[in-house]
Amino acid sequence: MTNPFRKRSTSDLSPPAKVAAFVLLLGWTAVVLFPIYWLVVTSFKTAYQVDKGPYYVPFVDFQPTLNAWHYILVELGNDTLRPYLNTVIVGLSSATIALILGSATAYALVRFTYRPRVATIGLFIACLGGAALAITLGAPIAIVVASAVAVFAILALTITRRTRWALANSDIAFWLISQRILPPIAVAVPLYVLFQQVGLLDSLGALIVTYVATNLPIVVWLMRDYFASLPRELEESASVDGASIYRIVRSIVLPISVPGLVATFLIVLVFAWNEFLIALVLTSANAQTMPLQVAAQNATRGPQWWAMSVLILIMILPVVAMAILLERYITRGLLIGALKG
Amino acid sequence: MASSGSAIQGVSRRASTTLGAWRSDGAARWLFIWPTVLVILFLSLFPLLASLALSISTLSFHKGGVDLKLVGFANYQQLLFGLERSHFLGVLKTPNPVGWAIVGGTAALVAWAWIRAVRRGEVGPFGLALRLIGGILGVGFVYVLVQALASDGGRPGSLIVTLIFVIAGIALQYGLGLGLALLAVQRVPWRRFFRIVFLIPLTITPVGVGYMFLMMTDTSKGPLEPLWVALGLRNFTWVTDPWLARAAVIVGDTWQWTPFMFIVLLAALESLDQEVAEAATVDGAGRWQSFRHITWPALLPVTTTIVLIRLIEGFKIIDMPNILLGGGPGTATQSMTLQAWIDWNTLNLGRSAAVAYLLLVLVTVVATVYVSFVRRRVTELA
Repeated sequence: MTNPFRKRSTSDLSPPAKVAAFVLLLGWTAVVLFPIYWLVVTSFKTAYQVDKGPYYVPFVDFQPTLNAWHYILVELGNDTLRPYLNTVIVGLSSATIALILGSATAYALVRFTYRPRVATIGLFIACLGGAALAITLGAPIAIVVASAVAVFAILALTITRRTRWALANSDIAFWLISQRILPPIAVAVPLYVLFQQVGLLDSLGALIVTYVATNLPIVVWLMRDYFASLPRELEESASVDGASIYRIVRSIVLPISVPGLVATFLIVLVFAWNEFLIALVLTSANAQTMPLQVAAQNATRGPQWWAMSVLILIMILPVVAMAILLERYITRGLLIGALKG
Repeated sequence: MASSGSAIQGVSRRASTTLGAWRSDGAARWLFIWPTVLVILFLSLFPLLASLALSISTLSFHKGGVDLKLVGFANYQQLLFGLERSHFLGVLKTPNPVGWAIVGGTAALVAWAWIRAVRRGEVGPFGLALRLIGGILGVGFVYVLVQALASDGGRPGSLIVTLIFVIAGIALQYGLGLGLALLAVQRVPWRRFFRIVFLIPLTITPVGVGYMFLMMTDTSKGPLEPLWVALGLRNFTWVTDPWLARAAVIVGDTWQWTPFMFIVLLAALESLDQEVAEAATVDGAGRWQSFRHITWPALLPVTTTIVLIRLIEGFKIIDMPNILLGGGPGTATQSMTLQAWIDWNTLNLGRSAAVAYLLLVLVTVVATVYVSFVRRRVTELA
């Protein structure tokens, strides 16, 4: 058997240095895995065993039990299943929608030229502000909206289209990306009122729409850099040969973008999967997601560590499995986007 | 808009796109971009305006309902100058000698940079005026920081605490992430295992990480109890010391977010041209020299991007301080989002929105300053 720490080339580390690097990496592995190990052992403990002070190894210093698992998976049964399904549905659908809309936009921003006129944007803001003012002053909403739209359409078609001063693609991209700066707490309260008005409070739809909106900037950011790094020659020759844009996207762009798409999908999925604050504000019973369920274990009787551990474990399991399966894509996908700076 | 404009404009615009022939696919042009723009317009612009309206009003309860009353800038005034200032900015006292030295040094630096800009004559009068205003605001902000942190009896409020979390967190996460990436890129055994394991903390919900660290930091029942006893800290509670409590929050945040820095830096390192580094080694360059002159410059662009991402996300910190300490002891670990959240729970919606808005302003300013000073300089170098 060959020594795994041998020096393989002139610039490779010397064997002692390699051993040192390996030990340091093992050290960080311990830092990462120990809290998770603690979650696993805690999930097999009783309240008494948790309270009596640290026990580390099952069967050696304490007798493991399946009580907590039984409690969460069987006794609570549907009360665990429902938030779990909610999390899966909300996570997958919001990540998918955000990925489709966001990559289309990112691609368009890289390959097309847009020149939105400053005057038109100003007109839009003025109409919006005017409408808001009129509504706060007590004008009927329907009339205000209709007249604002009419004023905007007439002026946009006659006057502002003749102006010259226009923005470029980078400005659109900057505007979209900068929306990520919005703190969730600033978004949550108005959205609560909005969804209450349309009767969508405590529904999966409201959560999905909100997560799509909060994650779109990330998708545009990452995918724009990614598409910009792809070579154009293939696409150009295909378009010369008369292929339509949809065909070019489907048969040329999408296949070579898989790593970037997978990495971006995983990132926004994790964001939606784990989000707490917005879910807390927008849901109350039916649409509750897993992070709320975890926090709920810290209710009236103090933190139920054992039950909480079980919930966190079943929650991270699918994400970790996906991360392991797709690890190659993540590295490659992030790389191309990030290197563009 | 695509079909509008004179023929000349059309021709020149066509020439400006690299793929002129595509322009017949006019529908795709709009189909690709409008859904996103509409979603963002509706779900970002509307909350933005609504919060602004909320932040200049106050909620009052009466029989059978609630009323919103416009109060102008009273909420902001309260936070920045009034009763809530000690909560938001901190208890501000006269700086100690070290504090004065920091303020003086910053002012001298700003003055030097401005005078240099004047001498060089590359910036117009408008730009110079803007820089002067920015510089004065910057010095003023440093003065506030010093009053809270480097003075006798001063203590930081939620704004400064948030900045501490963000800056200390990013510095730690980047340092650790870079170190681990440099190690993991070496040809050591189990490389794939390491990079998968290192990714795990990123996938755990921040709420879960918060509770996990609550277990870990328990000095009597937590797994580290023997360690605390060995150090003679059995009856010691880190929860009551403001700086230890803040350190605990930063440690938890670092555990969760180091993988993000790690994975991107690792990807960047692997894409580096190994031959250049090898050639340098053959030419007798030491490891440090080859890192300093080859690897580090190549990592700079990625570095600025991931630091920007973490800047934007880091300012939203709430779960870790809320779960570990409920913002305590006192308000020592209250971040701005947590303060807004607590205000919201006590139905002080106006002040909650005002805090959220000030957070938005703070992140925008920090991100803009960062982009225009750090990122642009790096891009110029590259």
